[in-house]
Amino acid sequence: MARGRALSSSPDIALSGDTAGPPAVAGLGIEYSAVEKRYGPIRALRPTTLEIHHGEFVALLGPNGSGKTTLLRLTAQLARPTSGSIQFRGSSGIESGSAARRRLGVVAHPTMLYDDLTAEENLQLFARLYDLPDAAAAVSARLAACGLADRRTDLVRTFSRGMRQRLTLARALLHNPGLLLFDEPTTGLDVAGCEWLAGELRHLHESGCTIIMSTHQGGEVTALATRTIALDSGRIVRDSRSSGAVG
Amino acid sequence: MAAQTQTVREQSVTSVEAAPSLWPGLWAIFVKEVRTELRTRELLVTTAVFALTVVFMFSFSFDPASEESRHIGPGLLWIAFLFAGTLMLEPAFLREQSNDTLAALRLAPIAPSAILLGKTLANFLFLSITEALLIPVFVVFYNVSVVSVIPGLALVCLLGTLGIVIPGTLFSAVTAHARMREMLLPLLLLPVLTPILIAATEATASLLSDPPEWPSMGLKLLAGADIIFLTAAYFLFDSLLEE
Amino acid sequence: MSPNRILWLVVKLVAALWMAAAGYVIFFIAPDESTMHAIQRIFYIHVSSAWTAGVGFFCVAVAGVLYLIKREPRYDWAGIAAAETSLAFTTVVLVTGPIWAKPIWGIWWTWDPRLTSTFVTWLMYVAYLLIRTLVDDKQRRAVLCAVYGIFAFVDVPLVFMTIRWWRGQHPSPVLAGAQPGSGLDPTMKGVLFFTWGATLVLFAVLMRARFRLEAIRGETEELRQQVEDLPGAPASSRPLVGSHG
Repeated sequence: MARGRALSSSPDIALSGDTAGPPAVAGLGIEYSAVEKRYGPIRALRPTTLEIHHGEFVALLGPNGSGKTTLLRLTAQLARPTSGSIQFRGSSGIESGSAARRRLGVVAHPTMLYDDLTAEENLQLFARLYDLPDAAAAVSARLAACGLADRRTDLVRTFSRGMRQRLTLARALLHNPGLLLFDEPTTGLDVAGCEWLAGELRHLHESGCTIIMSTHQGGEVTALATRTIALDSGRIVRDSRSSGAVG
Repeated sequence: MAAQTQTVREQSVTSVEAAPSLWPGLWAIFVKEVRTELRTRELLVTTAVFALTVVFMFSFSFDPASEESRHIGPGLLWIAFLFAGTLMLEPAFLREQSNDTLAALRLAPIAPSAILLGKTLANFLFLSITEALLIPVFVVFYNVSVVSVIPGLALVCLLGTLGIVIPGTLFSAVTAHARMREMLLPLLLLPVLTPILIAATEATASLLSDPPEWPSMGLKLLAGADIIFLTAAYFLFDSLLEE
Repeated sequence: MSPNRILWLVVKLVAALWMAAAGYVIFFIAPDESTMHAIQRIFYIHVSSAWTAGVGFFCVAVAGVLYLIKREPRYDWAGIAAAETSLAFTTVVLVTGPIWAKPIWGIWWTWDPRLTSTFVTWLMYVAYLLIRTLVDDKQRRAVLCAVYGIFAFVDVPLVFMTIRWWRGQHPSPVLAGAQPGSGLDPTMKGVLFFTWGATLVLFAVLMRARFRLEAIRGETEELRQQVEDLPGAPASSRPLVGSHG
């Protein structure tokens, strides 16, 4: 992870923006109205009503099976709610589900990268899938931003774990999302990795992106969050916003 | 404020956007499949060699020199294509499981059917290449003359191959989460492909008969099957991915 | 006893009586057929089972469609119940076919289009049952079966048409007299429809029994889940992205 450390302390290569500060991103807001998810007899998420404002950095805390991953799956539209609805708000009003998908980035434990393609080819695929107007430039910029520009023609199979993490994040950020979902991103990261991630999250938060991150531990990454929601057995048991905490 | 209104206008356009279109996603996935295959060459080589082996083995069971075997020839050819195709189709969705790339494809703003159709198109290409390699071998072993009927043969192969890969890719998604999936896929697929096997074999036999006969009924059946399969697969695939 | 139980008890009684009556009718009331004589009587069971299996497979497809739209487990239960019961009736068709063919044409299997299509259908529904056995995740299994059940049903007419054309190219004996109105004696027609009615009621009874079995399994699962839901019990979890089956 020496590479990662060098990058974050180097002033000439910024990670997600130019030296004048990260570019503004219109973060998405989300309204959950009595959203419930059942998998057959399993109640993964009990009817939950929640509002997440644009630009918030929300940490979802809770043990396995508490419903935080289900909430993320529903937000990512990978699963459909059994009842209730989720509405996404952009700065102009309600956005449709497919419009919201355009503005969504997800980072989870599997890398969601193709091992048999190069870094560049992976990003090119996603640039095409997200229909980016200037795909080549976006891909190059992202590769430079995550410090993998000189490994662009190498197969992802040959990448170290740290490099894969950076490419995974690059893939998630390729289309300038307004909403980012992280599912336990600190799992398997060493100290340097956590520092790198914390730096990335700070940049993203400052640029106005809405971030929802699930985690089951505290630490420097969780401390960056402006709002903490704790879940247990499929329901919200604590919300730092409603208790008047800083956020 | 001016910059804000600009963004507002841009965003209102995205908000009223219709459902994601099919083609860009389809093409992107097709390109990805072909690139992966060019790099690893696992599918093409194993499929072609398997089909070749099957045709060769058939020659020991059915003496290619005898007159009867020349009648059986078209059937053996299509059985070889069916078996080879079934083997080749198995990994289509399995490959998306290793790093859960399927989730990444589902997250993208593309129609889910684009995933199915992109992979189907790629499988169509790979199976067609295998067939193109195999037909000359068949011609040599069974001493048939195909030169005069190449257009007809190409059409039969095109329609027949589509009929194999469309249900095959769909069922590959079905079996991706099953145990014993390598056995399950042929069991699901082969009965369903009965119309394709029959129509393609009869059509090929007509073309190779003396004098060659244009297989209009066979082609109609194949085309009809392709349309029915495509429509059913298109509507059913979204449900497969949904949770 | 609840009204539902009473109703089904009556239905089961009707099924038993009707089948017995059909047996009597087939052997004692149906006229002797001129060329095939006694063996021809198997036709009533053969055709009735075939028509009932057809109705059954339609039920599988409908249950599949309803499941995909509503995602309620009971449609999945209906699907498997209909599939297994239809498979049983299809097996009857495939066994009675050769029994009929052998004494008449001296061969066991005639490649008759209807019988051959039935065999293909039999294979497809065995595959349906295999999906059920080989997939562990219940929700996924239900979706997969629904998709395959619908696709297979749509394929059946295609299978029949292609096989009929194929046999047209290579003619062979056809199991005769299976269509009403193709010169069937009125008494025979009556016996056929009477027997068909009996098999339909039998189908309903068997399907319901299988449905109840799945329903009880589902309810047991639900109760077990409720117990696990109680505070302090460990719960299952699914990752956001990653294998979830």
